[in-house]
Amino acid sequence: MKALTTVAIALLVGAAPVHADGDWIRPVTHAATQEECGACHMAYPAGFLPARSWSAIMGDLENHFGENAQLDEATRAEIEAYLVSNASKGFRLSVFSTPPIKISELRWFKHEHSHEVSSAMMRKAKSFSNCAACHRGAEQGYFDDD
Amino acid sequence: MKRLALLALIAASPTFAQDTSPAKLIAGYEAQSGKAADPAAGRAFYLAAHGTGKPETPSCTTCHTKSPKASGQTRVGKVIDPLAPSANRARFTDSAKVEKWFGRNCDSVLGRACTAAEKANLIAWLASL
Repeated sequence: MKALTTVAIALLVGAAPVHADGDWIRPVTHAATQEECGACHMAYPAGFLPARSWSAIMGDLENHFGENAQLDEATRAEIEAYLVSNASKGFRLSVFSTPPIKISELRWFKHEHSHEVSSAMMRKAKSFSNCAACHRGAEQGYFDDD
Repeated sequence: MKRLALLALIAASPTFAQDTSPAKLIAGYEAQSGKAADPAAGRAFYLAAHGTGKPETPSCTTCHTKSPKASGQTRVGKVIDPLAPSANRARFTDSAKVEKWFGRNCDSVLGRACTAAEKANLIAWLASL
């Protein structure tokens, strides 16, 4: 019954990828992904997005959220392969016409942040892209409410 | 032995390639353009509001700030180490990294590739600070 409830809630909030052990999700362990993605922003856990989202993102690095983030083809392909093979599988439950590419616009993300982020916290973090401003263990995969 | 392992690690790390220097880069870009580097033009280029690339990044200063000896910030708040070699010795010591970032940022800010002369001018100014 509890498992059923969990599935129902996951469906409701858009299949939250933070599963298994409380609010822990496997952080990026792949060197090139950590290096290249982490140069501009935290290297987000692959489990935050489904495979086709990562493919969409890695297939259009020239237009990456308002910047050109192009890579040489070998590195690009290596990072895409890592992200795709470690992507969230929960999103199969949701139907998207186009793959979502903005983590902060996903339903589970909005649900998790809907009532807890004050304007002072937002000023400090600057953007929802800056996980570690509030989640001090974010780089290690811990996203508990701290 | 420990030192050897550390050296091997540094040699293998892409951020410590150290295959070039500001002077070598300037000379290389000067050879490509056939013109002597002009630091004053590099300064003007850096500070200009270009606005011909992506709307989020009209100028170099959008992320790197007006003073290249200070740290900058990416658009999502991550620290960017200073561009001036006097404030950051690792800057302009890795040719692949230099070309990667010129490739990205010239397109983001200008909407086109930078010319060899523009690269020479810019590095000459930054290296003079």
